[in-house]
Amino acid sequence: MSADNLTRTQRDDLRTIAAMIVPSSDAYKVPGADDPAIQADMLATLGRDTKLVAAALDHLARLAGAPLAELDAARREAVAQEFRKSGGAAAATLARVVLQCYYRDDRVLRSLGIEPRPPFPKGHVLPDGDWSLLDPVKARGGALRRAP
Amino acid sequence: MKDPVDVLIIGAGASGAAVAWSLAETKMHILCLEQGGWMNPAEYPSAGRDWEAKFYGEWSSSPNVRGRPEDYPINDDNSPIKVVNYNAVGGSTVMYTAHWPRLHPSDFKVRTLDGIADDWPVDYDALSPFFEENDRIMGTSGLSGDPLSPLTHPPMPQQPMGLSGAIIGKAMNKLGWHWWPSDTTVATMDYEGRARCINLGHCTPACAQGAKSSTDITYWPQAIRAGVELRTHCRVREISTDENGMASGVVYYDKDGVEQFQPAHVVIIACNGVGTPRLLLNSASSRFPNGLANSSGLVGKNLMFHPYAQIYGYVKEPTDSNRAPPTCLWSKQWYDTDPSRGFVRGFGVQFVRGAGPVFEAVVSEQKGILPWGEDHHRVFRKLNGHRLGFSAICEDLPEEHNRVTLDPVLKDSHGIPAPKISYTISENSQKMMDYALARGREILETAGATDICVNSPIPWGGWHLLGTARMGTDPERSVVNEWGRSHDVKNLFIVDGSIFVTSGGVNPTSTIQALALYIADQMKQRLANLFD
Repeated sequence: MSADNLTRTQRDDLRTIAAMIVPSSDAYKVPGADDPAIQADMLATLGRDTKLVAAALDHLARLAGAPLAELDAARREAVAQEFRKSGGAAAATLARVVLQCYYRDDRVLRSLGIEPRPPFPKGHVLPDGDWSLLDPVKARGGALRRAP
Repeated sequence: MKDPVDVLIIGAGASGAAVAWSLAETKMHILCLEQGGWMNPAEYPSAGRDWEAKFYGEWSSSPNVRGRPEDYPINDDNSPIKVVNYNAVGGSTVMYTAHWPRLHPSDFKVRTLDGIADDWPVDYDALSPFFEENDRIMGTSGLSGDPLSPLTHPPMPQQPMGLSGAIIGKAMNKLGWHWWPSDTTVATMDYEGRARCINLGHCTPACAQGAKSSTDITYWPQAIRAGVELRTHCRVREISTDENGMASGVVYYDKDGVEQFQPAHVVIIACNGVGTPRLLLNSASSRFPNGLANSSGLVGKNLMFHPYAQIYGYVKEPTDSNRAPPTCLWSKQWYDTDPSRGFVRGFGVQFVRGAGPVFEAVVSEQKGILPWGEDHHRVFRKLNGHRLGFSAICEDLPEEHNRVTLDPVLKDSHGIPAPKISYTISENSQKMMDYALARGREILETAGATDICVNSPIPWGGWHLLGTARMGTDPERSVVNEWGRSHDVKNLFIVDGSIFVTSGGVNPTSTIQALALYIADQMKQRLANLFD
């Protein structure tokens, strides 16, 4: 299965619920999870999660009774809360898909002070630390339990 | 009909690689059959932008989630702890945290010291030279001289303390509790062709730098150079026996899925504490109706997992997050029995440095501490890069009702019956876990952590698969003898974690490999009368 299996309505609901999970923020200068590039990443990489995400969107549609975006704000919020509470593994998968694509977006990572790149090959630098912190442990000593 | 080999090893993971390397000097014809293939570091998660997401799919630690052709399914519905493993050349050393403690000398004398379970038929002193040899080949880093751990001599210095280690160390000092830099199999300097660690951080699902030791890059290249043959994508279905009750070879499916028979004079099983009993039970025949090597009835029984009690929280200072190997320090403060605690035996602790942004977001959303909506960004910035973790590795004791059997329905892609796990956490283990969580909370609160969360047990924490073909001197109470040979089938050996008698309170791979080297050494010493 792939994202091609999602209907237009399901894609619209995915975009709407994604924005409810992570809305855009002027204060933090970040897009929401409904951003077109982030949505495109979700659909392109849905892969093995498609079935559960589709099930989550079906559940969402049942709760909403209409396209999510067409509900008034209060009703939409109530539906989202119920979805999060009753959606089980499918809803958890949808939330995970939204978050894993959101938190690898270049703009989002930069806003967090994280360089947008894979760990390899550059790696990271780690302070060696002050190993004199171990002095009390050495001073206290101790002994292994004796084995007869 | 294929020509017989002298020694046939099933499984190319931690123990299979070690035993192959050790036996290679005999110049016997040694063949290893491995159901997985060689790994390609260029495809490891940390080489791509989707490095965290892969952990939820094809790089999951669960074979049931991963579902690669090399994996076999496991029915673990009847267990609060799910089995995790990896199937490839290197086995689960491809996918592990590289935390490298050993069992303590006292772990081999549990019955004598605490009046429970059984003593091992070997002791620490017998294994000691093989621990040292294994550390040299796997390439360990650490700081010698921990007063509460067996003396080790890591050939490389310890990992950097980093930001997280300093916070933990200060908190432990305030409480007056033991801590020490962990021995690990992460290379902290260039070592035997491996490049030093550059802190990719995402160590568990394989190291693209090759700094984390796994047997595909340590033991196997040496064993193959010494003449051992390794056939990949070959899944063994059963071990055959002859009219004398000796193992005659194995039936396996080759890389094209074609059934083959490989005769052998000696068969060594190295398939871990789930794969080994599965294979023995699948090898039932008219001569061995209850499964091969199972006259004791103990094949598959006494499964021990190490329930993990994990607690974590968030401090105001930045932590190392994903910018370092996940484990850095251990504690043995609560390793030994103290009757005042209300349980016997104890636990080791591994401290965890932090998490990457995707993992932090996903887990915190699931825990309910990361909200949806407007406040999401503020809360995420409070959590991300500020996590500290404490994981207690609780000693599981052997109980026969915790076991591996064959699932009557579930099969792998070759139609071979899959293993079924039946496991419950004992009252003793539960008390230990609760006690550990209370100590972890004290540590985290001393470090100033808030938003404290608990995973107890870690549900996807069944890394350590032990005890299901235990060793012992009594054929009625054990599956293999004190040097790994089946009591029932005198040319059949087991060298993996299934032969553990008790589990200790530490990650077991170092001890598994030391045992495999010890058994290989015993075999070499007895070659003239190996089957007597």
